[in-house]
Amino acid sequence: MAHVNENIKTYKGFRAITLLCLVVLYAPLVIVTIYSFNASQSITNWEGLSFRWYADVFTGPESAKFKSAAFNSFTIAIMAATASTMIATLAATAMVRGGQFKMRTVSFGLISLPLMVPEIVTAVATLIFFNAIGFTRGYLTILVAHVAFCIPFAYLPISARMQGIEDSFEQAAMDLYATRRQAFTKILMPLMAPGIISGFLLAFIVSLDDFIITNFVKGAGVETLPTAIFGSVKQGIKPNIMAISTMLLSVSIVMVTISYFVSKSDSTK
Amino acid sequence: MAAGAASGGSARADTYKDARGWLLLPSWAVLGIFVLGPVCMMLIYSFLTKEFRGGVIWEPSLAAYDQFFFDRGLFGDEPPKLEWTYITIFWRSIWQAGAATLLSLLIGFPTAYFIATRPENVRPVWVFLITIPYWVNLLIRTVSMKFLLRDQGPLNDFLIGTGLIDSPIHIVNTNFAVQLGLFYSYLPFMVLPIYAAVERYNFSLSEAAADLYASKWTTLRRIVLPAVKPGVVAGCILVFVPSMGSFLAPDLLGGAKNFMIGSLIEEQFKGNAGNWPFGAAASMILLTMVLIILMFSARQQAKADKAGG
Repeated sequence: MAHVNENIKTYKGFRAITLLCLVVLYAPLVIVTIYSFNASQSITNWEGLSFRWYADVFTGPESAKFKSAAFNSFTIAIMAATASTMIATLAATAMVRGGQFKMRTVSFGLISLPLMVPEIVTAVATLIFFNAIGFTRGYLTILVAHVAFCIPFAYLPISARMQGIEDSFEQAAMDLYATRRQAFTKILMPLMAPGIISGFLLAFIVSLDDFIITNFVKGAGVETLPTAIFGSVKQGIKPNIMAISTMLLSVSIVMVTISYFVSKSDSTK
Repeated sequence: MAAGAASGGSARADTYKDARGWLLLPSWAVLGIFVLGPVCMMLIYSFLTKEFRGGVIWEPSLAAYDQFFFDRGLFGDEPPKLEWTYITIFWRSIWQAGAATLLSLLIGFPTAYFIATRPENVRPVWVFLITIPYWVNLLIRTVSMKFLLRDQGPLNDFLIGTGLIDSPIHIVNTNFAVQLGLFYSYLPFMVLPIYAAVERYNFSLSEAAADLYASKWTTLRRIVLPAVKPGVVAGCILVFVPSMGSFLAPDLLGGAKNFMIGSLIEEQFKGNAGNWPFGAAASMILLTMVLIILMFSARQQAKADKAGG
């Protein structure tokens, strides 16, 4: 493309708005992180740097609740992300390597259904479903619901990656008498790795972060970190909640950053 | 060679043609049973009779929809009048979501445009910076927003400290706080599609406009905006749809006066109201509205594709 004069492209003020945008996006998170290190009992006054609220999360009066919530959150996130990544990988193989077929559009619609239906509607529907079939709400119902709504988040990076890989690699392997299974595990899977890893990580975060659906399908007494935090916040924001929030947001940011660099590595193939 | 590279193995690759049924089976099963099935079940529940402590009695009834739209007096024997309570809640949700969408557009468009006009190698970094907060727990982001905006919160402290204001501005528990919360929740959904559209835009057109003495703002309005319209429409829908059914922002930032659909639905299942068929009916009405918007946008997109192709 011909080089276009930069002066024509740029608009005064757009840079300032972008910076404002970043400030708005990050300010609340930065502020909460800072205040999570506040020594004061009150959330309003700053009384110096301290780790006491982090200690409180692990040893304070609410530590048992947080520990079991963290256990539930992380085990559910790992299992839901693993299951949805496997399901999404199989689906992507059919959608991207299965030629043209009639049910392709319908399948894609079904896979993206959790993204189109408002989350609160999915939550209500799932609650009604478990109630109708007489399934007691608890850990298992949360897990099943998470597997379902994580599928599109795992599917999108995986299918995008597979579309970028020419099938001539697998064809070449099969011309040289590799079975299709070998071509799948030895050729396609290694090439797919970055897509699968970022699909897994996104599914993991989405599961770890979910509040609305979990809140509807959890049984009494079963909490995940978001539902436990929501329960506490209803009585006012406390410093230990800021500490636990800071830890949780750090986990999310680390995961997204890993996912970013993994998927970036594949564009340099 | 070029043709092979372009196909990218996508359209013509059919290595797994005979196995696709098996490969799709798990996703069909999980999503069919645990998402599509439940939505159908919800439709049925909306036509059942309520049981007082939550749950339903299996007796067909239109009571839920009737309660939503009509007021028949305390004992249900008066001639039906239009019931405004729930229509008002829906209307407020639409209005709030619309305001949040407009706010996102005003901030999101310049941001997306700015990022798309950066050198190619730094664009992904900007996009990454914009998307990081989206991946942070929505609950934590909303709580953080509330913490920041409180009457005694850091924002008011800062404004009072600099002498700009004398007494704290009440932001929490207003409509504006909810709009701000929704804007904060879904802003990346506005930026990303507009960014993608501006990135594809051919800037020679802007240059041509400038050569013909169009001012920069005229060029933006008459040349750039129409060209990137599909991205703008997509962004608006992606912000509007989840905003309308949101629960956390109105619940935590809005207070009781700024009730939206999400809270109305939640109350039927978690709160004391406990009217499951009514909650299911309200969810169905919300879902129908969303599906109409999505179908409309799909049609618009198809039209734009046709015009572009």
